[in-house]
Amino acid sequence: MELLYAITLGVLTTCGVYLLLRARTFTVILGLTLLSHAVNLYLFASGRLVAGAPAIIGLAERSADPLPQALVLTAIVIGFAMTAFVVVLALKAAVELRNDHVDGENPDEDRA
Amino acid sequence: MNHALILPILLPLLTGAGQLLCYRAPFAVQRLLGFASTGWLVLLGIWALATAGSGDYLLYQAGNWPAPFGIVLVLDRLAAIMLALTAVLGLCCLVYASGGTDQRGAHFHALFQFQLAGLNGAFLTGDLFNLFVFFEILLIASYALLLHGGGRARSRAGLHYVIINLAGSALFLIALGTLYGLTGTLNMADLALRVAEAPPEDAPLLAAASLILLVVFGIKAAILPLLFWLPRAYSAASAPVAALFAIMTKVGIYAILRVFLLVFALGEEPINATAWAWLWPLALLTLALGGVGVLGSDSLRTLSAYLVILSVGTLLATISLVTPAALGAALFYLIHSTGMAAVFFLLADLLGQQREEGYDRFSATGPIGHRRVLGTLFFIAGIAMAGLPPFGGFVSKAWILQASASEPRGLWLWGVLLASALLVIIAISRTGSSWFWRPAEMASPYPLRRGLLTLVCGMVGLNALLAAFGNPVMGYLELTAEQLLAPHGYIAAVLPDVLASATEITP
Repeated sequence: MELLYAITLGVLTTCGVYLLLRARTFTVILGLTLLSHAVNLYLFASGRLVAGAPAIIGLAERSADPLPQALVLTAIVIGFAMTAFVVVLALKAAVELRNDHVDGENPDEDRA
Repeated sequence: MNHALILPILLPLLTGAGQLLCYRAPFAVQRLLGFASTGWLVLLGIWALATAGSGDYLLYQAGNWPAPFGIVLVLDRLAAIMLALTAVLGLCCLVYASGGTDQRGAHFHALFQFQLAGLNGAFLTGDLFNLFVFFEILLIASYALLLHGGGRARSRAGLHYVIINLAGSALFLIALGTLYGLTGTLNMADLALRVAEAPPEDAPLLAAASLILLVVFGIKAAILPLLFWLPRAYSAASAPVAALFAIMTKVGIYAILRVFLLVFALGEEPINATAWAWLWPLALLTLALGGVGVLGSDSLRTLSAYLVILSVGTLLATISLVTPAALGAALFYLIHSTGMAAVFFLLADLLGQQREEGYDRFSATGPIGHRRVLGTLFFIAGIAMAGLPPFGGFVSKAWILQASASEPRGLWLWGVLLASALLVIIAISRTGSSWFWRPAEMASPYPLRRGLLTLVCGMVGLNALLAAFGNPVMGYLELTAEQLLAPHGYIAAVLPDVLASATEITP
């Protein structure tokens, strides 16, 4: 399970960073979303991966660490709000600047 | 338990929520609520300074859960200084914004209060995850404040600012996950003990986590490779917002101080040594870039933004010497530079409004109204900013130079600091002569806004007071530096049981 988890994290992070470095706001936002998924999974794994263990003491022989789950919940909520905000901001910028380049101007515009 | 300690967070949070509710009420109600809340914050700041001045740590356990299980707020001297500074700066910015900026968009006052709540929370919290949450609160308020008023320049700058900070938040969480996975705690005091006792095979991962945190705080503080969002964002923001943002880079510096002098400071081979080794050259380069940027700016707002970068470089270079004298001097400079950066952002607006053309751009050479009054103010503010006597800047710079003189590498700081101070003087005198000296008197000047002018004069006056009462302030800051360099006091205050049992076992 650990190997699969680690590979998933690696793929998510790589794709996220790649998209984050693109020049259009939409791909950048996709990159941020993938990155925040990877981060949430990473936070979740910081409490160690155990199967069949509830996060409440006494229900089973082993219990999972509840704190990372609470942290992930907080991080998801914050990440969700921030993504919504950056989508609206990107739309606003695209309308006002008349293009969706992250710098607000298309460097190839003059050449075309 | 003294509940007053949570007021600096709760008061602006509730006020902001109230301002959202009475959005349809007359605008004066919103302003009044904002002033009341910020005024109380100033009083609370003074109370915090007095309380923390005794040297004790004031602890607030949320829900009465003891650390490390519950979330704690901790008030020490450094937190008290930052609280008071934020409150005073916030009040000044709010007064300036009430000159009309606050009506250029919706919800300015509510956002302003949320920003203050986030700042105060970040200064008070004793828990790393909570620090993350308060960072997000202050960031999302700052996104909206930066965009307040609208316009293309703000959208452009806002996009960069938001994206780099979101990437920073992701890094912050990665560092937190690593720390939690290795130690099983995020309470700063508990973390300090666990990091110190960590087995040697965990040391590389801990060092990696500490350096990721350094990158995150570096984005907030604007250290060299991570600062290119700052000039555009700060010069696009409206004047009172940019002035409030003068404290935002200091949040990053506060976090660096708190985390690297507490969490990673213990143990036989403290992990923070790597961080200081990275910070020293980067801070010097930041300082040099700030000086060059000040000289190369095309408007007074951009110049002020580079002044912020310059102050960050000075602060971090001084801090990375990690001696009590250097830390005290850096804190003095922090107070001075925050105030003066704010003054310059406000001045850029105040002077720009009076110019016939070009607002605050240096390319415009038109006349300026009321040039005697405004010229004198600009001259005095320039002297204060550049660090010439008789203002706070001179005291702080002299103290920084004195503190770094005993270190062999301090010579580098001397050279870069004095050279960039010279560049600042050149840039400011060039601005002054081309704005006030060369053009003729304006035929029909715009009406002078006396209230705002008095406010800016008052802020410069506060800086002079900082120099006049330099001795008691320096005494307080020296004690603060000692407190920062003795993390065991903090740990004993937050975790009385743990340290007691540890001392019982030791003999």
